[in-house]
Amino acid sequence: MQIPYTVEERPDTGLYNAKLGIWLFLASEVMLFGALFSSYVLLRTGDPGFMTIPHEVAEALGLHGEAHRWSDELSVPLAFVNTLVLIFSSVTIVMSWASLRLKEFAKFRLWMGLTILCAFGFMGIKAVEYSAKFSHHLYPETSNFLGIYFTLTGLHGLHVVGGLIVLVYLWGPGSKMWKSQPRRFVNRVETVGLYWHFVDLVWIFLFPTLYLL
Amino acid sequence: MSVLEKPPPEAEEHTGHHHHDPFWRRYIFSQDHKVIGLQYALTAMFFLLFGFFLMILMRWQLAWPGRPIPLIAGLLGEANAPGGIMLPEFYNQLGAMHGTIMVFLGVVPLLVGAFGNYVVPLQIGAPDMAFPKLNMASYWCYLPGGLVMFSSFFVPGGAANSGWTSYPPLSTIATQGQTWWLIGMVLLITSSLLGSVNFIVTIFQLRAKGLTFMKLPFFVHAQLVTSFLLLLAFPPLEAAGIFQLLDRVLNTSFFSPSGLVVAGEVVDKVGGGSPLLWQHLFWFLAHPEVYVLILPAMGIVAEVIANNTRKPLWGYKSMVYASIFLGFMSFIVWAHHMFLTGMGTTISSFFQTTTMIISVPSVVILSALLISLWGGSIRFNTPMLFALAFLPMFGIGGLTGLPLGLAPTDIHLHDTYYVIGHFHYVVAPGTIFAIFAGIYYWFPKITGRKLSEGLGKLHFWPSFIFINGIFGPMFIQGLAGVSRRLWDGGQQYAHAQPVLEWNVFMSMSAFGLLIAQLPFIVNLFWSIRKGQKVDSNPWQATTLEWAAAPSPPIGHGNFHEVPVVHHGPYEYSAPGAPNGYLPQTAPGKEG
Ligand code: HEM
Ligand SMILES: [Cu+2]
Repeated sequence: MQIPYTVEERPDTGLYNAKLGIWLFLASEVMLFGALFSSYVLLRTGDPGFMTIPHEVAEALGLHGEAHRWSDELSVPLAFVNTLVLIFSSVTIVMSWASLRLKEFAKFRLWMGLTILCAFGFMGIKAVEYSAKFSHHLYPETSNFLGIYFTLTGLHGLHVVGGLIVLVYLWGPGSKMWKSQPRRFVNRVETVGLYWHFVDLVWIFLFPTLYLL
Repeated sequence: MSVLEKPPPEAEEHTGHHHHDPFWRRYIFSQDHKVIGLQYALTAMFFLLFGFFLMILMRWQLAWPGRPIPLIAGLLGEANAPGGIMLPEFYNQLGAMHGTIMVFLGVVPLLVGAFGNYVVPLQIGAPDMAFPKLNMASYWCYLPGGLVMFSSFFVPGGAANSGWTSYPPLSTIATQGQTWWLIGMVLLITSSLLGSVNFIVTIFQLRAKGLTFMKLPFFVHAQLVTSFLLLLAFPPLEAAGIFQLLDRVLNTSFFSPSGLVVAGEVVDKVGGGSPLLWQHLFWFLAHPEVYVLILPAMGIVAEVIANNTRKPLWGYKSMVYASIFLGFMSFIVWAHHMFLTGMGTTISSFFQTTTMIISVPSVVILSALLISLWGGSIRFNTPMLFALAFLPMFGIGGLTGLPLGLAPTDIHLHDTYYVIGHFHYVVAPGTIFAIFAGIYYWFPKITGRKLSEGLGKLHFWPSFIFINGIFGPMFIQGLAGVSRRLWDGGQQYAHAQPVLEWNVFMSMSAFGLLIAQLPFIVNLFWSIRKGQKVDSNPWQATTLEWAAAPSPPIGHGNFHEVPVVHHGPYEYSAPGAPNGYLPQTAPGKEG
């Protein structure tokens, strides 16, 4: 006996199983990042010195004069470029799904490939940012702001990597399914697309919260 | 064990290629919800027993502080109990791990992983869970999580010892066992995440034809709400766990305030963190978690009561709405565990109010179950005895919770044995009794044989008496002001002296409770081989799981024919029905 609605939608719910599954998973992810963001708010409001770089540390970093904020140590241009990269990748992944719906497999390959490149690009830029921090001896333990910065961007990065693995699989070996079970393959691309939008959305919140506020 | 037997020939047609699967695919890395349910059941029962043994050690120490532990003293190790005498540090490990193991490795996996997995797909007429691979993965995150917790007893410094609540800063500076605890928790959280997604999708998507929401057995509703709680409440604890792990491993200061001094030395951290942040994140999970511990238990009790009163559940609809409302409310009551943190009267008032509101749906469910008994010709079999005992026991647990939800009284009762008494009435004679009811009730479905009634009653009555002997006096001690988590049970406190003698009484009851479990264990092993053989519906029940073969075949597909539902879940005493009851699949009214 087969499990029903793995591919087709159930008439009364209008969903196939994996689509409901991914929405529920994303709901739990909202709670995870919601808790992380709330913790940031609580730590920041609870400690008047949260944003301020202590004098000695500022001196060591070559900063002089007025009080400096930790967020000034982050690179807004790099993060801005990364925001664009991720937003662009959200568009390309929709295009790859739409190409499949139009039965244009080659175009799917192309758009999915671009999405994968974007994901690599994003991680590359993150790596540059991280190593800049480490070379200045700025670590998670240096201050709670940096702790939050590394934890939040690190967890977000893990989500990107997780998505990336699935994307590469669907682009490469997993795409064989297009021949045998096309409908199911389109569903897979759709569900991973939903996930990818969520990862994008988290970053759109992270960027202003950490870099700008 | 008849579940391990080859399925009957006609079942093999339905299971297709599955009966060719090698042993390890069928029973170890199985994707069948029934096998996974049994894996959960066996593992969780082992942990339940283990958690129980830890508690027995504690009770020895509480009754006779400083007296060498008999028989097994040598096994505990010189670092924990030199000469058999328990060290305070070891008592703390036992306490923290008893709580953790009972909640996260024993009761929840039994209620959700075992009963949920085995019964829900059957009760909704589904061939399996929606995602069998995820189901397997869920068990295979749970087991390593449990093993990590278990092995942490053997690392230097021993297991986690900062209570099951793991409050920082104590937990931040605690020995290595705490790191293991955190890693174990992350695995368990992952497991429950996979499970809850799976349950919700299964219940929404795989219901049999005609099985609308208001025809679902109450047990399924309870599991559905529970899954939402697990899905949405655990992630904040995961966030908290990650923060605490980083505080311990990477020396961050999320939960460490500035200027923390330990053993006369300033801790080498930048500080500025907030220990209260942990408490908020922890209780954001841990309050909904108590409903995870109680809702499926209520679900089991509802099934057993409807079946044995031979009447429809009174107020089924209000029970369903009450459980949904309860689920929503459980997310906004968490800070009633934090009245003593000085969070301010405004916030306290808010959480007192929500706490009083959330007690209403529990009362609705309990009252509906009580009224359901009215006028029934009750069958007093073993499952029913446990289900009946659940009602007053959960009632005591629930009512004694009200003073804890009001700040003025909680200020006095907080962290006393009164609290221990209160929540154990909910989880031990409450939930655990419901679990027993469920085991006696569904055992015939799983194995095709009934558990012995005689041994069952020999299990029930002493358990019922002893368990009250343990937890009843805790209220007396707590009201006298005896604190919880005391290694000597309060011996060094003047105000504890008048109530100290109860410690021996409670511990004797605990040992009695241990002995009272022997008939149950014997019963399990004996009945699997020798128990009375039964057909598919020995209790004359209405719900769908009883339409499946006894000991349903392994491999996707539980029913010979895809069931179609025409009736509500509890059409007992239906006028004109053949044997006085209408199974949900009986032909009849369209729906
Ligand atoms: C039925 C037998 C049980 C007995 C006799 C028992 C006894 C105890 C005792 C003596 C304590 C320690 C009190 C202290 O030192 O402060 C305790 C703590 C606790 N128990 Fe149980 N227990 C039982 C079952 C359970 C069950 C079924 C659960 C959960 C589902 C549970 C959850 C806890 C928790 C969470 C704590 C608090 C641990 C801490 O302080 O961190 N217990 N129990
Ligand atoms: Cu609570």
